[in-house]
Order: sequence, then C-alpha cells, then structure tokens
Amino acid sequence: MSETHAQTVAYVRDSMLPPQPPPMRSSGAVLWLRANLFSGPVNILLTLIGLGILWLIFDTLWPWLSHSVWNAGSIRECRQIVSETYGPEANGACFAVIRARWHQFVLGFYPQEFYWRPILAFGLLFLALAPLLFGASVRARRIVLAIATVLTVLSAAMLDTGLAVLAGMTALMLAWSALIDARPGRALLASLLYPFAGVWLLWGGSLWGPVMVLAGFGVGLAVWRVAARFGMLAVAAGAAAAALWWWLVSAPLAGLLAGAVPLRLVPVTSDQFGGFVLSITIGIAGIALSLPIGIVLALARRSDMPVVKMLAVMFIEFIRGVPLIALLFVASLLLNYFLPPGTSFDIVLRVIIMVTLFSAAYVAEVIRGGLAALPRGQYEAADALGLDYWKAQRLIILPQALKISIPGIVSTFIGMFKDTTLVVFVGLFDPLKAMSDTVRASFEWKGAYWEPYFFVGAIFFVLCFGMSRYSMHLERRLKRGNR
Amino acid sequence: MSMQPLTAETRQADETAIDIVKLNKWYGTFHVLRDIDLHVSRGERIVIAGPSGSGKSTLIRCINRLEEHQTGKIVVDGTELTHDLKNIDKVRSEVGMVFQHFNLFPHLTILENCTLAPIWVRKIPRREAEETAMHFLEKVRIPDQARKYPGQLSGGQQQRVAIARALCMRPRIMLFDEPTSALDPEMIKEVLDTMIELAEEGMTMLCVTHEMGFAQAVAHRVIFMDQGQIVEQNTPTEFFNNPKSERTKLFLSQILGH
Repeated sequence: MSETHAQTVAYVRDSMLPPQPPPMRSSGAVLWLRANLFSGPVNILLTLIGLGILWLIFDTLWPWLSHSVWNAGSIRECRQIVSETYGPEANGACFAVIRARWHQFVLGFYPQEFYWRPILAFGLLFLALAPLLFGASVRARRIVLAIATVLTVLSAAMLDTGLAVLAGMTALMLAWSALIDARPGRALLASLLYPFAGVWLLWGGSLWGPVMVLAGFGVGLAVWRVAARFGMLAVAAGAAAAALWWWLVSAPLAGLLAGAVPLRLVPVTSDQFGGFVLSITIGIAGIALSLPIGIVLALARRSDMPVVKMLAVMFIEFIRGVPLIALLFVASLLLNYFLPPGTSFDIVLRVIIMVTLFSAAYVAEVIRGGLAALPRGQYEAADALGLDYWKAQRLIILPQALKISIPGIVSTFIGMFKDTTLVVFVGLFDPLKAMSDTVRASFEWKGAYWEPYFFVGAIFFVLCFGMSRYSMHLERRLKRGNR
Repeated sequence: MSMQPLTAETRQADETAIDIVKLNKWYGTFHVLRDIDLHVSRGERIVIAGPSGSGKSTLIRCINRLEEHQTGKIVVDGTELTHDLKNIDKVRSEVGMVFQHFNLFPHLTILENCTLAPIWVRKIPRREAEETAMHFLEKVRIPDQARKYPGQLSGGQQQRVAIARALCMRPRIMLFDEPTSALDPEMIKEVLDTMIELAEEGMTMLCVTHEMGFAQAVAHRVIFMDQGQIVEQNTPTEFFNNPKSERTKLFLSQILGH
C-alpha cells in the first residue's frame, strides 16, 4: 500500500516511525519488583527476610543433593565416596539406598516374580478411570490412555516379566484402550468390572471368587428388577437375594467351578503387601467407596425422616469424634473378638472398611455444605415439575451440590490418602515408616534416614498434586453452566 | 400489548379445576391462611392481589403442595392433596408453576431445562420431548437460545424459559407466583405478553401479581387477600371501578394512585 501511495502522492510517508519503548516505570521486571517486592520499608524488610530464609534452605539442601551418591553397595561406601570426592567435611545424600531398595518402597514384600500383577492392576486403574474422569475431552482421555499403556508395558518389560505375560498385558491394555476410544459409554461397564479384576490380580487365588461376588450383584439387580414390577419393597428383596447368594450359594459354586475350570493366580496374602501397593490399594478403595456412602449420609442427614436423620447424625459425629488410629485399632484387635472364632477376616480389608467409614463421614459433611448452599428455589422447581425425591436429587440437586463440594471432597481424599501411612500402627507396612525401618534394619543401609523420606515424600507429592490438579481441571470444566 | 378484555365465553363453568374448602394454615403460631374457600372452574383465569404478607403466595403454593396445609381440603383436578406422595406427584405433574425468581436449573441448557421433566416424569422419548420443547420455546420467542445456559440469558428471557419449561409438561393448570416482580420494567412487558397469549388459548391460570393492567385484560375474577383471608372477589371491572371493602379501596388507591 505505502509503495503505491509513495509514487502518486509525494507527501504520504512510506514507513512508520518505530514505536518508542514505554518509560521504564510502567512495565517490565523493574516495575514488577518495585510494585510487588519493594513498595515500602516494611515490604523491603519482608522481602529481605524471605530471601534470607530461601537462601538458608538452599544452602542446607543443595550440598546434600549435589553431593549425592547413586552407586554404592552400602551407606558406609556412600560416605567414603562423598568424603573422597568432596572432602572429609562434605555431606552428601546416599540415594544408592533407593536404587538398591526402591522396589520395597513401591511394592513391599510382594513376590518378585509376580511384580507384573500390581503393575498391571495400577495400569488398568487408569483405563478404568479414564471414561469416568475424562469423559468430556477425547484428547485428554487419549493422552491418559497412551501414557498408562506405555508406562505399564515398559515397567513390566524392565522387570524381566515373561514374554507370554508381557504380550498378554500389552494385548489387554491395547484392547481396552481401543474399546474406551471407540465406545466410551460401553467402556463404563468395563470400568465396573475393574474392582473385581484388580482384587484378583493383587491377591490372586481362584478367579471364581471375585466372579461369584460379581454374580451376587447381578442376582440382586435381577431380583430388584422383577420385584419392582410388583411394586413393594423391591430394593429390600434385591438386597436379600444378593446376601443369600453370597452367604449360601457363592462359596460352594465357586469351589465347583474351580474344580471344573481351574482359572487361578498364585495367591498373595495381605501380609506380603506393603509400600505404595498397600497405600494405593487402601487409598483407592477408600476413595471409591466413601464417595457414594458420603453422598447417602449427607442426604440422610438432611432427610425429613427423624430416624434416618438421627442415625446419620450419630454415625457422622461418632466417626468424626474418634481418631483414625483408634478406628484402625478396632479393625486390627477388637473386630477379632466380636467375630465368631475361626473366621479370619483379612486385615487389609478391615483397614479399608475403617478408612472408608472415616472418610465417608468427612465427605458427608462436605457434601452437606454443598447441599445447604443451593437456593431453596432449586428444590421447589424440581418438586413443582413432579420429580420424585430420588430423581430430583440425582438430576437437579446433587449435580449442583457436588460441583460446589469438589474442592472439599478432593481435600478430604488427599488427606485420607496420606493418612493411609497410619496403618503402620496396626502392623502393616506403610511406605513411609514401616518400609523405611525395614530397609534400615539391614546392615548395609543402617543410618539412611533422610533419603527414604525424601523418596517416599516425593511420590506422595506427585500423587496428591495430581489429584489436586485434576480437581482444578474439573472445576474449570464444570464452570460453564454457572455464572 | 394487546390488552383488550377477554370474554368469558371459553369458560366451562360446570367443570371444576380446583376446589378449596375451609383451608387453614399456620407457620408455627402465625395463622397465614384463614378459612379460605375457593372454587376455580376449568379455563378460568384468576388474579390474586393483596399487600405483602397477606398469604397470596402461600395460597397458590398450597395448590401444588409446596406448602403443606393443616386443615381444610384441596382438590386439584379431581385429586385430593393429602400426605399420599403419589397424589402429590400426580398433582404436581398436572400443575405448572412459574416462580418469582425463575428457578431455572443453572447446570442444564435451556433445552435440557425444558425436556428434563417430560423425559423423567412423563417418560416421553428424548426426541419427542425436544420437539415439544422447541415448540414452546418458539412460542415464547426464544428458540435461538436453546443451547445456552440460563446464566447467559436476561431476566425476561429466563422467565419466558421458565414458562416454556412448565408448559412442556402439558399442564392443565398454571400457577404464577409474582412472575414479573423480579424483572426490570422493560422486561415485564415481554413476560406479560407471553402470559396473555397463554390466556387467550384457554389455560386455567392462577396468578399472584401486582400488574393491574394484566388483571384487567385477562382475568375473569380478581381476588383480594389481606391477613390470610379473601376479603373481596369480583370481576375486574367491578373490582377496580366499584370496590366494596375499605381495605380494597385503600390498596387500590395505593397501587393505582401514582
């Protein structure tokens, strides 16, 4: 344009003046520093103190980290290497202990030849969660599927898993990923099967055990469907049928089927669980079970029915008034007194039940807050349209109340997940204390205090930070409706 | 606004829509409704007026059991309101309600707001429910907003959606609880126009409102309430030109006198 003008009209300029940079004070790093760090005498002082503290932390940690030793056979060897390389006064981390014993922190005393089972269970967990947690975004879901599949197969490959098992794992992960990608709705049904598959992979034994438990749900559902046609007490009839199935039918039938078609993995008992396998198992089970229980408790506490309300209040207040450790002791010691002699009730299962009840009480209170925050008009509009109680809750009230409660619920879950380390008090091998002690009990690594805490803390941070980021993502995604 | 008085020809006087006998309600010890007797014929349009606290909202909220009454009898469309939840849900699905504050569901789109109850209560297939919803959204003249969320609409538009949402259940009776009180003056007209169109089609309507022009234009009967009682009821012409009680005169002078 300017060229044509320049030829025809002499006074039109063909190049613009370059813009002047704005004065120093209105933008840039200097202004930011002035505005945020040095805006007055008090702020200058606080900034200097803050910098001092940061320097102290860095000054203490950095030599320790930068002098770290990764290749050594014992803590003594570590110290020798550090003093030879950096001088006798130098202080260095001995991450060789992690290198030598990382599998114990992560997998506890799980038999080495079966490491692929918890790894596969953990990988499948993400496939099961993907259609639930990333239902709205195909791209996010694909990323999760790809990362889970690749990492699971890679980890298994690096652990000298047999070729047949490795091929089976790869095929399973790929097939399920493909199903999720093609039919996310159908894949939700597959996700429902995950708890049974996960339990079977972790504990092993006959496949028919979990299948019978699953069949019990099917029987209950079928009876409920049929009974609902005749009206009364459909839910009670379904629950009774399922209970009868589990009590009377499932064990003999499972035995029979196992005799005919022996599909089994080598059993791994709960005392071989430890480290993050234990923490994550308890944490995931607790989270998955306590959310629905918490919702029911919150609704019960706001119910018009006095008995239901009273029971909910008593339960919630009792659980919140008792420390988690007390409940864990009940799980490990007292339950055995109350159960008929001879019944052995798995300790991990008992702990999961207690952790679930504990977190359900907190989740219930968080959700109750969300329910209370909804305007009365929402309840009235749902009523006025003729929606019954359960439909109104499911379609109108809970979607909004849960959305408000997301930060609180996720906080509760993060807290609960970290609290799983308390199982050390009932003799289980949590990654933080019991596993570190176990590693330190060996002659070579006696005295390695900070390194295990550092390692376990870092893994906890990654997992909890992941949950926190997911909750923020969810909040952003659900924001669109409400302005 | 087409506010010619409507004739009562469409009215089928012998058919009863709502029958209220000796209705009494208390909030704690406060006696909100005292011995209310009200008979509404099918196709009849009633405007309920009165000062705030007179119990007019409570009265129409009793008709779909958003408020529970203590003594007396309410029969809606042949079904008596008792503690029987099935009867309550039946009445509620036959009676549409429009609230002062719209009460749209903010987490659902306009279309979903309109199809939710037909799909889940009436068990109508989704496609059919969506067609019905679009029909009524066109009627209230906001079909182009169907995919938006309530928070993105103006107050007047939201209230028209609320009317469409109620109509999607194909109710036989519509209740309006101060539908224009929360709106800016320029939005009142668009909502009233929608209500007038509805009236012209012969819908049975009970409307709590201070819009006296609307009352004159569409109502067959104006009911004046004070302190929980029906003080006076008459045709709009008589009511406005020839009020009987002192209380009514005072109210009319305050509401029309500016």
